[in-house]
Order: sequence, then structure tokens, then C-alpha cells
Amino acid sequence: MNYFEKDLASLHDDLVAKKISVTELVNATYDNIETTDSDVNAFLTLNKQVALKKAAELDEKGIDSDNPLSGIPLAIKDNIVTKGLTTTAASRMLENFVPVYDATVIEHLNSQGAINIGKTNMDEFAMGGSTENSAFKTTKNAWDYNRVPGGSSGGSAAAVASGEVIAALGSDTGGSIRQPSSFNGIVGMKPTYGRISRWGLIAFASSLDEIGPMTRNVKDNAILLSAIAGHDDHDLTTSTKKVPDFAAELNAQTSVKGMKIGLPKEYLGEGVDQDVKDAILAAADKYRELGATVDEVSLPHNKYGVAAYYIIASSEASSNLQRFDGIRYGHRSKNIHNLDDVYINSRTEGFGDEVKRRIMLGTFSLSAGFYDAYFKKAAQVRTLIINDFQAVLKDHDFIMGPVAPTPAFKIGEEISNPMTMYMNDILTIPVNLAGLPGMSIPAGFSNGMPVGMQLIGRPFDESTLYKAGYAFEQATDFHKQTPKQGGKN
Amino acid sequence: MASRIDQDQVQHVASLAKLSLSDDQLKYFTTQLDEIIGLFETLNEVDTKGIEPTSSVSDQINVMREDVADNWGQSKALLANAPDAENGYIKVPAIIDESEDE
Repeated sequence: MNYFEKDLASLHDDLVAKKISVTELVNATYDNIETTDSDVNAFLTLNKQVALKKAAELDEKGIDSDNPLSGIPLAIKDNIVTKGLTTTAASRMLENFVPVYDATVIEHLNSQGAINIGKTNMDEFAMGGSTENSAFKTTKNAWDYNRVPGGSSGGSAAAVASGEVIAALGSDTGGSIRQPSSFNGIVGMKPTYGRISRWGLIAFASSLDEIGPMTRNVKDNAILLSAIAGHDDHDLTTSTKKVPDFAAELNAQTSVKGMKIGLPKEYLGEGVDQDVKDAILAAADKYRELGATVDEVSLPHNKYGVAAYYIIASSEASSNLQRFDGIRYGHRSKNIHNLDDVYINSRTEGFGDEVKRRIMLGTFSLSAGFYDAYFKKAAQVRTLIINDFQAVLKDHDFIMGPVAPTPAFKIGEEISNPMTMYMNDILTIPVNLAGLPGMSIPAGFSNGMPVGMQLIGRPFDESTLYKAGYAFEQATDFHKQTPKQGGKN
Repeated sequence: MASRIDQDQVQHVASLAKLSLSDDQLKYFTTQLDEIIGLFETLNEVDTKGIEPTSSVSDQINVMREDVADNWGQSKALLANAPDAENGYIKVPAIIDESEDE
């Protein structure tokens, strides 16, 4: 199956017209994975037996012609729990963990007939920006196998970009959907906080975590978001707001005419590659050409986002990860002489370095005597960051800028320097702190590597981002370019 | 430049977090954490007097529900994930440190 020639709508039409059966489609997807994944390493676990069984059932029962996901194989990030299918969050701690329930997003996908093809690689517990922190394997960028796919949803991004699957789910705490989407030239949406249930998402930083779709075009992304969003009694932070049919608004009439776009000067500042700046400035011109206005705005507290984030996210992580104690589930050390050994040795053996660093940063920030100076201060700065966005979005429909300061870097290049790695998130982190929707769409290339553009919207206004993304996509051809097998051809 | 965190403090934080560090790890974690805490301290440049801290960006406040059990009766499946189990219970290793009696 050549997914590069397909979108969800045409695939759905083929399934409804019986040009291809679900079983054939699932088998073809596994053929893709077999051909490509020995190079790309996007998948941790395949769900072949169950996927083929569900495909046979759907072929027997018939495709639901009203449901665009009926019979569509999808890949799922391995921090989203799947009943009966090993879910590791790419950690030794959960190497043998088999969930007893499905995440709410998986329930939604199942009920609509989508087929979980397998679980994708990631940075351990979603902590990282290169997928190099996986305890199990190193995923490659689909465009250049010597480069990282980004992270933490690097497996999902590489699986979509390399054409193994048509779409995947990722999660985004500080950029983990948008940055790998940018690095792999695909579309990634981090929806508004509360738009999608986090029930069954293995917790990293609960006030920031959000699940979202990763696809090769804007419309597919919109279809998938409508399918997984909505209030959930199991996650009391989910909003009761109605979920629009986002894709229904994307058609030949979709336009940005009259829209006001803000381009923050801080997003084109120091540390951002010239090629990335050029791509964004060209995109701004394109939007002007399409009838929007783009003016320079300021987010003065943006530069403090990384510091505030690493205090808040690490603090929440240190608390969330206390549950891994070697008692009820997860890794238990064999080297035990007393109760503390159960905790200490199990956690020391089960967690990798980056997870330990974050746990320690969080423990430090919350510890006696430091709480006011670090955690509380960061939470106050978070308020100022939110205020900055509110001020700009009051009279702008959305904000545009780069996703990451650079295109994908080389494998091994930054992993030994956590600070360098953290600074990559400078343009994505503030969006999580403010709980806003943010989307990455392809907007150019730098030496053959994709460059993404980030669109940031008002709370619960993913709709405007999809329209603006769709209009840009119709006027450009960046999203039509596909990787030549990691640069091997 | 004065260090913001030393090896003793890192060791203390690790013990609070129930982690043990090798000598080598203690060295590089101290250097790295020191650098990152230096980044944290740039927040001191920001005047936050009178600014309310934000802990949640959800649009929901104090959601209530009936206290009704659901999703229960799965003890067998749950125990399958326990490192060790016997007779319907999670089994833990003997945790009385006999060396402490000597």
C-alpha cells in the first residue's frame, strides 16, 4: 500500500467500494512496516494477530460508509494504554506491562472501526526531544537515517512520514507532537488542554499532557481529532464543550481572507536557524497573498518558558512517577534485602538517565525550602506567559511561527547535553503552559530536511488552525514531498 | 561561578526520590543539574509580585460525581501485572532486614 498516494477520504472510498478489503489493507500495512521498519525502527510492538482478526470481522460485517475511520489501520504511541497489548512508555520499568483497559481515545477509535496496527517508539515516559531516550531502540528520521525523528512522539512521526501508516496518535507535553512532526514534514496537532481525555495516557505532567493526531495532511488530522475528542467522565479536566466536525469546514471555499495573524518577534530571534526564519517569513508572505494580514507581535515572557516548564513538568513528573515502587506492577529488582531496596533498586534499575534527571529536578523544586523560589515562581511565570498569549489573541485570529529553532539534528549530537536538548523546546513549551492548541504543518526545507510552521490558536479554536493550515496547504506543495527512503536513494 | 547544587545535595535529592546513583552518575548529574538550576534562576529576573500562580489550565472546576464503583472485578488481570502474586494477593519479598539485628 502506497500511503503517499492516499488520504483518509480516498482510502475510505476504496474500502467502501471494495477495491481493497480491510484484511488486504492491514496486511499491506504490515508489508510496509516489514520493508521499512528495519531501517526506521518506529515500532516497539505490533498488534498483528488482533488487527487481522478485527479486519476479518469488519470484512464480514461490512465497512461503515458513514465513518471515515472504519477499517483504517493506525499506529499508537506507546504511552497510550491498550488492553491486552504490551504498553511500555519505552521504559524498562514497564517492559512487561499489559494494560487491563483501553485509554478513552482507543475506545473511541475502536468503536469507529479503526484498527490499532501497533505501538510506536518514544522517549522514555515522553521525556525528551529525539526519541533517543527510549530504553529499547533508536528511531530514525524518515528523511535521513542519520538524523533523529524528534521526540518524544518520534516513532509515530517516523511511521507516518515513511509511509508505513496513514496516521498515528502521539502525545505532547512540551512539543512532543509538533516538533517530531516538524522534523519529519508531517502535520501534528496538540489540541487545547481538556479537548481530549487523558484517561489511559501514562502520566508525565498532568497539567500539560495532551494526546493528538499526526497525519500527512491537514484534513486527515481534522478527521482524526473529531474522532478522539470530547468530554470523558474518567478525566475531569476534559471540557464539556461540543466537538465540531473539523473536517467539514475544509473545502474549496476555505480561506484566510480577512484573518489577522500575529508573528511574534521572539519566535524569529537568536538561536533560530536562518533557513527556518526564511521559511516562516515566506509563509507569512503567502498568508498575505491569500488575503490575511500578518503583523509583528510580542510575547515578552516567552524566553522564560523553558525554565518555568522544566520546573513545573519535572515537579509533576516526580509526583506522578512515585507510583513506580516495584510493588504492584512494573519492574521489581531481584537485589532486595530490605523495604528501601524494593523501592530504590527497582526504580534505579527501571528508569533511564533522563527520567532520573527529571525526577530529581522535580524533587528538588518541590523540596522544603525551595518550593517558593522554584515551583511557585514558575507557576507565577506561567500566568504571565498565559497573559502574553491572551493579549495577542484578543485581536489576532492566530499566531504563526516556527516549531523548532532548527531542522532535525544528527543522532548522538545533543543527547549528552540535556540543556541543549531542553532549549529546542523554546517555541513549543509556552503553548503547553497556556493550554492552547498548536499545530505543526510543513512549510519548507533546509538542506533537504523538512521545516515546520507552528500555528497557535485561542482555547478550543482548533477550527481556525485547521482552516489556516488547509488554506496554506492548498497554496503550497511542501506536504506533497515525500522522503526518499532516508536519503538512501 | 558558584555552584548552585553540590554532590551532597544531589545525593540527598536522589534519596528523597528513592534513586541510587553510581559515583560516575553523581558527578555528571551534579554538573548537569547545576547547569539546569542555573537556567531556573533566570526566573528571578521576572517581577511576579502579586501574580497568582497557575496550576491548571482546564476549563472545568470542582467536577462532582456520585461515589459509585465501576470498572471493578478485574483482580486476576491486575495481578497478572504484579511482579509476584500468590492466592489472589500481591507478594512482596521478605523486607525485614536481618542484618540490622546484628
